Amino acid sequence: MQSPGALEISRRDLLVASAATVTVAGAPSLAHSQTNTPEASTGTNVSFTVNGERLELELDNRTTLLDALREHLYLTGTKKGCDHGQCGACTVLVDGRRINACLTLAVMHEGGSITTIEGLGQPGNLHPMQAAFVEHDGFQCGYCTPGQICSSVAMLEEISANIPSHVTDDLMAPAEITAAEIRERMSGNICRCGAYSNIVEAITEVAGRKT
Amino acid sequence: MRFDTPATTNPIDQLKIVGQPIHRIDGPLKTAGKAVYAYEWHDPNTPYAYGYIVGSAIAKGRIRSIDVTAAKNAPGVLAVVTTDGVGELKKGKYNTAKLFGGTEVQHYHQAIAVVAAETFEEARAAASLVKVHYAEEKGVFDLAAARDTAVKPDDGEPDSAAGDFNAAFETAPVKLDQTYTTPDQSHAMMEPHASIAAWSGDELTVWTSSQMIDWWRTDLATTLGIDKEKVHIMSPFIGGGFGVKLFLRADAVLAALAAREAKRPVKVALPRPFLMNNTTHRPATIQRIRIGAGRHGRITAIAHESWSGDLPGGGPEVAVQQTRLLYAGENRMTAMRLATLDLPEGNAMRAPGEAPGMMALEIAIDEMAERLGLDPVEFRTINDTQVDPEKPERPFSHRDLVGCLRTGAQRFGWKDRSKRPGSRRDGDWLVGMGVGSAFRNNLVVPSGARVRLDRGGVVTVETDMTDIGTGSYTIIAQTAAEMLGVPVDKVAVSLGDSRFPVSSGSGGQFGGNSSTAGVYAACVKLREAVAQKLGFNNADDVIFADGEVRSGDRRITLAEAAGDEGLVAEDRIEFGKLTETHQQSTFGAHFVEVGVDVATGETRLRRMLAVCAAGRILNPITARSQVIGAMTMGVGAALSEDLVVDKARGFFVNHDLAAYEVPVHADIPHQEVIFLDETDPMSSPMKAKGIAELGLCGVAAAVANAIYNATGVRVRDYPITLDKLINGLPELS
Repeated sequence: MQSPGALEISRRDLLVASAATVTVAGAPSLAHSQTNTPEASTGTNVSFTVNGERLELELDNRTTLLDALREHLYLTGTKKGCDHGQCGACTVLVDGRRINACLTLAVMHEGGSITTIEGLGQPGNLHPMQAAFVEHDGFQCGYCTPGQICSSVAMLEEISANIPSHVTDDLMAPAEITAAEIRERMSGNICRCGAYSNIVEAITEVAGRKT
Repeated sequence: MRFDTPATTNPIDQLKIVGQPIHRIDGPLKTAGKAVYAYEWHDPNTPYAYGYIVGSAIAKGRIRSIDVTAAKNAPGVLAVVTTDGVGELKKGKYNTAKLFGGTEVQHYHQAIAVVAAETFEEARAAASLVKVHYAEEKGVFDLAAARDTAVKPDDGEPDSAAGDFNAAFETAPVKLDQTYTTPDQSHAMMEPHASIAAWSGDELTVWTSSQMIDWWRTDLATTLGIDKEKVHIMSPFIGGGFGVKLFLRADAVLAALAAREAKRPVKVALPRPFLMNNTTHRPATIQRIRIGAGRHGRITAIAHESWSGDLPGGGPEVAVQQTRLLYAGENRMTAMRLATLDLPEGNAMRAPGEAPGMMALEIAIDEMAERLGLDPVEFRTINDTQVDPEKPERPFSHRDLVGCLRTGAQRFGWKDRSKRPGSRRDGDWLVGMGVGSAFRNNLVVPSGARVRLDRGGVVTVETDMTDIGTGSYTIIAQTAAEMLGVPVDKVAVSLGDSRFPVSSGSGGQFGGNSSTAGVYAACVKLREAVAQKLGFNNADDVIFADGEVRSGDRRITLAEAAGDEGLVAEDRIEFGKLTETHQQSTFGAHFVEVGVDVATGETRLRRMLAVCAAGRILNPITARSQVIGAMTMGVGAALSEDLVVDKARGFFVNHDLAAYEVPVHADIPHQEVIFLDETDPMSSPMKAKGIAELGLCGVAAAVANAIYNATGVRVRDYPITLDKLINGLPELS
């Protein structure tokens, strides 16, 4: 087991943690399940890129992208809050677009390019959005946070691409980065701790730096 | 360290680090996805198995039999543990409903089996193959229908009285007699309950998500019938709790039993749809409030009665608690009555008692102010009290409710509020402002910590305290840094491990003040150990600053003082009688502005302000976050949150995050928080008080009062959904 001592919070430990890499372990148990059901193959080989690294996995067809990341690749930064596409904690970027990783099967992403929170930045080298969340205290318990951050990064790209939202008044004008637009577009990411006011400030700051 | 006289000047008062806006020290870990939560502990060499829960499909009755044949033969299955198979298990001290074991079903979704398999998918599939035969019994699920069967609870203080309420109310020139209802509510934290259990011989390690490490350790040992010393609990990161992770939950029990059976470590997370019915919730209430006042607005009589329900052995929602203390009035009474219901267990959710109590009381106060023709801020001010109104010989330790109300009114532009409801319009929006007092008692709980100083001058704090998003890591680091004269980045904080000294834990807004006071106590001991080792015998002139310890002309770095062996000190804060001689509470005022769509009745929050008087603020960043988060939860309570009871079958129907509607980004405007600059030397050496629950109390009523001010429609039945408003809105031309 991982040493509990590794969780001491200090600048040193953050650097140590950031240096740790994810072990790619595939699906160690699949062979076992197949011996139990020789008549039905429930697994498929799939390959995709995660945070720039090309991976090949043999996965149960029922395995969601979320569980592939968390249980097979140990990329546990992507959170399981509801497993029903209702909370947004599992938001990742697939080919640059944000999706709920719990609502899509891993085997559907052959050849895809997936970016998780771990791929955006690391302690000691945070992505500007991650840093802005720290700066504005845009989280409390931290469980929705990776999803909020992935979602907000993609959301700003959607505004840049002039994709309208429910609150966009003028479809003929370029989409604007306003608090109302941010709130509307981020509403698929629930934060029960209620950090919304701070999250909007964090995103606004990053958006302002971009434009 | 015993704290039984008010705090005098101490090193915390330097406020070089404590009280400063220091960003969360766990922030980089959390924002980078590197904070490890319960289900996420991985050892690549450990073959974890996956457990999946089976819950009861009936609300009340018995299990006749459970057929696990198909489940056991399903691919990948390692073990199936059933509630009838394990027999009766002892119930934990803090649980009302049993978590597992035996054949009795007490509520819907009570755990009745767990299936462990090689993979999550296999466990889930096999769990669906478990066949259960029930003997269903008729249950009682409707609080309103059961109200007349409610009895005076045996425990606690269900009733209180002073003076002669009935006589004073009878003769009061201005009166109010109204009934309010609050629904069942769900904590709905983002991280579902989850545990990994691993046995090593007869020793059990559980990685879980717990607010109270020692309570879990004790109750897990009790439930499993093993020695507490054999149980190790780990919970360094918790994805929200709000009270539902105070007490041992089924995931830990199921993981432990399944791991024992499977002879492998097993991880169990409760699926989201289990959370509402398998765990606890805030019980619904029916509250009757009567207020009598003289024509000038002084309250002469106040009564608050509350009815709620729970399973046998449970307790009432203590919704009258604040009414015993918040406003003056010589003649008063409160009473709580408890009905037996067969719904899932009712228990603590953020600010139990005051949260639903203030939802009712602060509407009543608004209504009363209107009857008196007084501004609601003024009416509250007139009825301020500096003593416990039931026991006037007991003063408040420090109380500045009036300061909160006045500061808030001024900052919010309260004078612009329309005095005539339904008279302010902004396009399609009817606009109104509302106010509610905030009030929550300040609890103090014994708390221990161990502090190490190493040869690098690094201070390490170890305590089983938890950080549920409250900022414990950060304020504990600030406390140790202030006490030992080092910067925050020279402090490492280790939390949530049962091998560390037992702390207050996180609950009842007691954690911040109590746990830092425990760290303070340990640091005092460490300072003594350093001084003693260096032969600095004049305690009064020893200074810890800039990584050094100084006495007279001598100055030595902490690193040198620690030496190769380092130094370690442990202590625990214990609280004396100051809470008995003085009433310790926290105060605030919530101001909100709403718009109500004149055509649809949809309510939107436009502005929110909270002003809080809660002792010393240990960190204005994390404290502010607690308050805005609570304000957000209060908006949910006002407008949308409602566990809907299926009164025929006895369960909460809307048991997921699509149907149980918590606020989302689009619901919440920019929020302002002001902390009054104060200290409370009666509370602890930190002179701080609770803040996390104060921020919730009174918010929903402020929203309700703003809706009334906007529309002229008074709703006394939460949540205030548009169907309750639409018939009272003006005709559209």
